[in-house]
Amino acid sequence: MIAFGQFLEILIGGLLSGVLYSLVALGFVLIFKASGVFNFAQGAMVLLAGLALVRTLDFLVARGLPFWAAVILGVVFAAAVMAIAAFVIERYVLGPLVNQDGLTLFMSTIGITFVLEGASQMIFGADNYPLRLFPTDAWFLFENQFPGGILVSKLDVWGGLIAGVLVTALAIFFQRTKTGRALRAVADDHTAAQSVGIPISWIWFVVWLVAGLVALVAATVWGTKLGVQFSITFLALKALPVLIIGGFTSVPGAIIGGLIIGAGEKLAEVYLGPSIGGGIEYWFGFVLALAVLMVRPQGLFGERIIERI
Amino acid sequence: MLRTFFLMATAAIGASVAVAPALAQQNEQYVPALVYRTGPYAPNGIPFANGVMDYWNLINERDGGINGVKLAPEECETGYATDKGVECYERMKSKGATGAAYFSPLSTGITFALTEKVPADKIPLLTMGYGRSESRNGAVFPWNFIAAGSYWTAADVAIQHIAKELGGADKLKGKKISLVYHDSPYGKEPIPALEARAKQDGFTFKAIPVTHPGVEQKSQWLSIRQDRPDYVLLWGWGVMNPTSISEAAAVGFPRDKIIGVWWAGAEPDVVPGGAQSAGYKALMLQHGAGKYQVHADIEKHLISKGKAQVKAEEAGHVLYNRGLLNSMIGVEAIRTAQKKFGNKPLTGEQIRWGFENLDLTAARIKELGFEGMIKPMKFSCEDHQGADEARVHQWDGKEWKIISDYYTADRKILDPMVKDASAKYGAEKKIDARDCSKES
Amino acid sequence: MLYREAGQFKTTYAQDMAMFPIRQDRIAFILLLALAFLVVPLLAKLQIWPFGGEYLLRAILIPFLILSLAAIGVNILVGYCGQISLGSGAFMAVGAYSAYKFGTGINIPLAWLGTAIVIPPLPVLPSILLGGLMAAFAGVLFGVPSLRIKGLYLAVATLAAQFFFDWVFLRVPWFTNYSSSGSVNAPALNFFGLTMNSPIERYFICLSFVTVFALLAKNLVRGNIGRQWMAIRDMDIAAELMGIRPLYAKLTAFAVSSFIVGVAGALWAFVYLGSWEPLAFSIDRSFQLLFMVIIGGLGSILGAFLGAAFILVLPILLDQVPHALGIPISVETVSLLVFIITGSLICYLLIVEPHGFARLWSTAKEKLRLWPYPY
Repeated sequence: MIAFGQFLEILIGGLLSGVLYSLVALGFVLIFKASGVFNFAQGAMVLLAGLALVRTLDFLVARGLPFWAAVILGVVFAAAVMAIAAFVIERYVLGPLVNQDGLTLFMSTIGITFVLEGASQMIFGADNYPLRLFPTDAWFLFENQFPGGILVSKLDVWGGLIAGVLVTALAIFFQRTKTGRALRAVADDHTAAQSVGIPISWIWFVVWLVAGLVALVAATVWGTKLGVQFSITFLALKALPVLIIGGFTSVPGAIIGGLIIGAGEKLAEVYLGPSIGGGIEYWFGFVLALAVLMVRPQGLFGERIIERI
Repeated sequence: MLRTFFLMATAAIGASVAVAPALAQQNEQYVPALVYRTGPYAPNGIPFANGVMDYWNLINERDGGINGVKLAPEECETGYATDKGVECYERMKSKGATGAAYFSPLSTGITFALTEKVPADKIPLLTMGYGRSESRNGAVFPWNFIAAGSYWTAADVAIQHIAKELGGADKLKGKKISLVYHDSPYGKEPIPALEARAKQDGFTFKAIPVTHPGVEQKSQWLSIRQDRPDYVLLWGWGVMNPTSISEAAAVGFPRDKIIGVWWAGAEPDVVPGGAQSAGYKALMLQHGAGKYQVHADIEKHLISKGKAQVKAEEAGHVLYNRGLLNSMIGVEAIRTAQKKFGNKPLTGEQIRWGFENLDLTAARIKELGFEGMIKPMKFSCEDHQGADEARVHQWDGKEWKIISDYYTADRKILDPMVKDASAKYGAEKKIDARDCSKES
Repeated sequence: MLYREAGQFKTTYAQDMAMFPIRQDRIAFILLLALAFLVVPLLAKLQIWPFGGEYLLRAILIPFLILSLAAIGVNILVGYCGQISLGSGAFMAVGAYSAYKFGTGINIPLAWLGTAIVIPPLPVLPSILLGGLMAAFAGVLFGVPSLRIKGLYLAVATLAAQFFFDWVFLRVPWFTNYSSSGSVNAPALNFFGLTMNSPIERYFICLSFVTVFALLAKNLVRGNIGRQWMAIRDMDIAAELMGIRPLYAKLTAFAVSSFIVGVAGALWAFVYLGSWEPLAFSIDRSFQLLFMVIIGGLGSILGAFLGAAFILVLPILLDQVPHALGIPISVETVSLLVFIITGSLICYLLIVEPHGFARLWSTAKEKLRLWPYPY
């Protein structure tokens, strides 16, 4: 019974922390879907959004504002920062790079990563800034059935709820709004979309803005978990296997990929790790993703790749 | 594009000409600092670098240098990356009138790489409380000075403290102690010492690695929750430490049963966790937080004049104090060397003599304004560590409180380990150990 | 004026297919080799500026040569064969650790056979080459998925190799000869009975390796196999229909590329660092190499050198400029500025010249041909 309790606990913990990766992976998917750009800068965007939020928050609280008001103003300010970043990126980097191949675009986003990392630390500071928006303690469920209960972190549950809301909101945005439909049109075919009068640069700005806002949401959760500091950019790497399992183009895929990776790597670490030395979760996610790709080269939910000569 | 490129190339060449070596100041001792103020480890790197620089500047401002020889400090940003650290080292090693005085990289990786390079360049490496534990043996490692304590010292003292909390070394038997460590040479160093103690005292030891940079530790702490060890030792650096503490809080592991190494026992490690961190304990590299006489001098000569690197409210933090201490030991080594070689800028080789003959007595420590921070230290040709003491402090949610007396690491266990490991290194590198009895 | 090929007649196919068909190019190449092999060591020996001290040799030229070599390897895979790899750092690590194992002797007890595989410590040169060979094996192994996975999906999948090998060398103590800290030291650099320790000698080692491998690579990509790689890169299905076997072409690209990258890794460890830990070959190294290749020019050996020079030297230069000019800004600001400037320059270069420095070089040559009377 203890063993089963432990299994359940790790499974739940893994699934939930996988959803936290999905929050970062969602930003990748949005941008890839709409512009074919593999946006490596998503991790740096989380850092920028988090720093903008937490520094404003600290500043306002120190000036005597009540916490809830400071949070609202901080979120508004961080959103504005992300909008500026989106504008600059679209106008000065991706706009001029239109029609380049995927690798060049990917590289340019690494360039953007450097700029964002440098600029955000220069403007907002390079320290570790704690952010406390969500509770970080845990529930212990089923204490009657299992000794010690099953631990479920409240922060992870919050993260899951937020991810759910986010995906629903994005789905509505894509399906019901005019901009969302235009966005899907652009994703399907740039030229065709342009010829029916959809302004591409505006659409791309919107996509980067939305990805920036998704980064802001991810920053609130991850910032509460880790504090806002440079290492948050490493999340981009943790989100990659999630992304390949789900497929680069699928929003629900990002969530399901997160669940698979989260549960898979945590279970592997706890049950497989001790016998081969531990610390395996970093590569386990990637190997899992690789295995999935061998069966389905476009990921579980990606659009089928059709090749023509 | 071609034209722009030519312009850029010309500018670059112009810039590189500008970088051509500036004339060295004649009567100044060049002191380089390898620092990291950016990147994943910046929260810990910044206060240490501030301390290092402020003490050097204090010497210049207050005393006009060391016996009239001004210090010429310069920083180089390593970002905690080994190759960048090596580049900085090569850039700085022969600057100034006599070359670099000594290096303190504050990174185990850079220390390992520089250990290979310093014998050829004849520059001492002051690695206070980190680096190769076996480099205590000055016969094999003539250029490394692992002042004040190695990771093996730390591991031993941590076990002693646990024994004391349990009420005697015999109570260790059958207990479970787990080590959560940064998966790098830094984190792995204490393992042999802990295994040796586990064998001697009969407790079960388990090592749990955390992958760099340590932002993901859920599975590690879930398995600790299932394992229920009696104590957890934490060997982290940078963001790994606050993450460990908050994960420990999440799984309900009591914080006062976690003991961090002295690199996991400063303000950046506990402040982010807020109330969750209260009760967390860590070793002290002799010193802890708090202000002493030297801080008053820094306030008077640097902070009030706007010349300090540290913010006034952060003077007295643990890592800042460690930076001060690091520079103090370096400066005293230079001062010692000046007694033999004269009051002028000295070469690395001469300063090494200063390190080996450095004797920080209680009186001298008081004179320097460090009374209460550290105990006396004495270095020699065979002993490049100079001290075996450490204390433990505890974070009460607002500040660090010292909760123990000085422990002395058990050299009966550690000395043979130092001897074996340094002999192995010497054999690998074909080093002929110096005969310390013949050194003057 | 100087660069005119009028009057140079090619009378055989061999001349037409030569590596440097234009005489001026040949002369320039020989001059470059003379500069690298004779002038630089001579200046360094005499301590003439800019070679006063060892800084330029030790901290710039040696890493530049080694990283150029690695970039050539990556370029074969990414630039010539079109398989994007983010695992180059891992293959460098495989080269480094295997060379270390060969250099310090191998003993694998096979208890169930009652025997053991024992290889005595090998000299440095064979260790480095065998290290490359091991990297080639690893490359082939992790290249197999490329038969099914393409493009950016493959790029992400190669990260599996990166993280896997990072972990292996951290966690399997056999690779580090059971060193307690997991950090290892290179054996003495002993080539044919000579111990190479001074920076000039180390520079020679790297230079010789780079020259040999660059020439080999250049010849390889001009030949049959190189053309197969390029056909696969340009359109793999079309190439397959033309009778090129993707299995063979892709896996040879992985093997050759990883071999060169592995040798570079062994040099990086043995010659440049001397003592290292897996972090020296982390994912950052993979990105750095990919940058070099893309900025330098995909599908160009020269590009690998130009890219390596740019990516390596730019941050170092930017780092030193304010200090040299006496501008009082903190190292923190400088290093953040370096980030920003490097990042923007990369974006700028990708926008104005997506084909890299190598394309710029050939444009310059075109213009030079007509100079000073362009029509």
